Amino acid sequence: MTSPPTTVVPRSSSPGVTGSLIGQKAIMAVTGAILFLFVVGHLLGNLKIFEGPEAFNAYADGLRTVGAPFFGRGWLLWIVRIVLLVAVIAHIWAAITTARASWHARPVAYRQLETIETTYAAQTMRWGGLLIFLYVVYHLLDFTFGRLNPSFVPGDVYHNVVASLSVWPVAAAYIAAMVVLGLHLYHGTWSALQTLGLNRPPTGGWRRGAAAAVAVVIAGLYISIPLAVLAGMLQ
Amino acid sequence: MRLTLHVWRQAGPALPGRFVRYDLSDVSPDMSFLEMLDVLNHQLLGRREEPVAFDHDCREGICGACGMVINGRPHGPQRATTTCQLHMRTFPDGAELWIEPWRARAFPVIKDLVVDRGAFDRIIQAGGFISVRTGGVPEANTVLVPKRDADLAMDAAACIGCGACVAACPNASAMLFVAAKVAHLGLLPQGQPERGPRVVNMVSQMDAEGFGACTNHGECMAACPKEISIDFIAQLNRDYWKAKGAA
Repeated sequence: MTSPPTTVVPRSSSPGVTGSLIGQKAIMAVTGAILFLFVVGHLLGNLKIFEGPEAFNAYADGLRTVGAPFFGRGWLLWIVRIVLLVAVIAHIWAAITTARASWHARPVAYRQLETIETTYAAQTMRWGGLLIFLYVVYHLLDFTFGRLNPSFVPGDVYHNVVASLSVWPVAAAYIAAMVVLGLHLYHGTWSALQTLGLNRPPTGGWRRGAAAAVAVVIAGLYISIPLAVLAGMLQ
Repeated sequence: MRLTLHVWRQAGPALPGRFVRYDLSDVSPDMSFLEMLDVLNHQLLGRREEPVAFDHDCREGICGACGMVINGRPHGPQRATTTCQLHMRTFPDGAELWIEPWRARAFPVIKDLVVDRGAFDRIIQAGGFISVRTGGVPEANTVLVPKRDADLAMDAAACIGCGACVAACPNASAMLFVAAKVAHLGLLPQGQPERGPRVVNMVSQMDAEGFGACTNHGECMAACPKEISIDFIAQLNRDYWKAKGAA
């Protein structure tokens, strides 16, 4: 009477991490987490500017000697830079492949599609990411390579920061970029937790609030630096 | 009630579509949205014009057959309501309504407002089931289910597969549908033996059907007539990585 049971679902040859959309999103989330840690570390370092020129310049130089004597001068800094570069490239790659999949998924647009639940931050992730990338390029040309700095002095980081940020359009661009970064971090941190499956009911709500709080604090503290330069507190 | 309708008319899958304007009078506020379309079709037939094709079955909000985008909102402006359960009293007299089909590559238009949701069926075939020897009904308390799991599984099982989540998603992603189906079975003891392969196979099929990538906007949850939470998407991701780790 009994027929053999239906065969158990075969383990199909599913695509690897990079081939599936969930995998691409996980790459975005993990590289985003690396970049988030950098943003926090960079902020904590930047805030030392309020301790004065000597302390700030010593910190900047210390970045090159940290890890000694195991690491030679600047080695660890270069290792971090390479990790960050790889993370940035992977983050952008994941953004492009998932965005292309989504554009491909709706060939005929709606006449109108209203939004209810989404946030401004979520809707501006792609443009915001592009703006942040362009700002980082400018930022490196200003403070790392010195090409766009009004009076670049190698090694005198404090001077370079004050010289550049006392030009008000530069300070305004810095502040605007940090607002964009804050929006990106708000949706990014919450979204990364969701993508990696770390959001669990009923805590979804507070995680969203926590993401907003973290984004506001980070963006606010970054913005305090150009504001302090413009106000003449740092000179 | 008087209404101005702009209805998407498309004669076939590969043919171009366009909005056609219809002025309708004598609409009762107590009519459902589909009954209003029935009235329109009755008039069109009377004029020997082609009636508007739309999907419908139970008209009780439980089968998932009906669905159209009304003024930019899948299933219309009322939350937790399918198109068949939406009543014309929701709209003001003289309202102008733009009616479109679900728009996604994975849901090709068959005709007018009817789309082919076979992609959802193929996702279910890829793993949205449990394999059992069928026979007599087992005694209900043989397998105990914790109350919390039973409630959550029921919340997920409320999905009627209408496709509003895909329609509402800015990315045309099917994550909420797949998440609901995976969670519904994954939360219950009967779903455990195939839990890992199920999630991997259903996600693979979802990608193969050409749905977009979820970016956690949450629009699906707002459009869902059964108010299924995106918490299930986090659980889908969690299950997916567990299964990938075990494989």
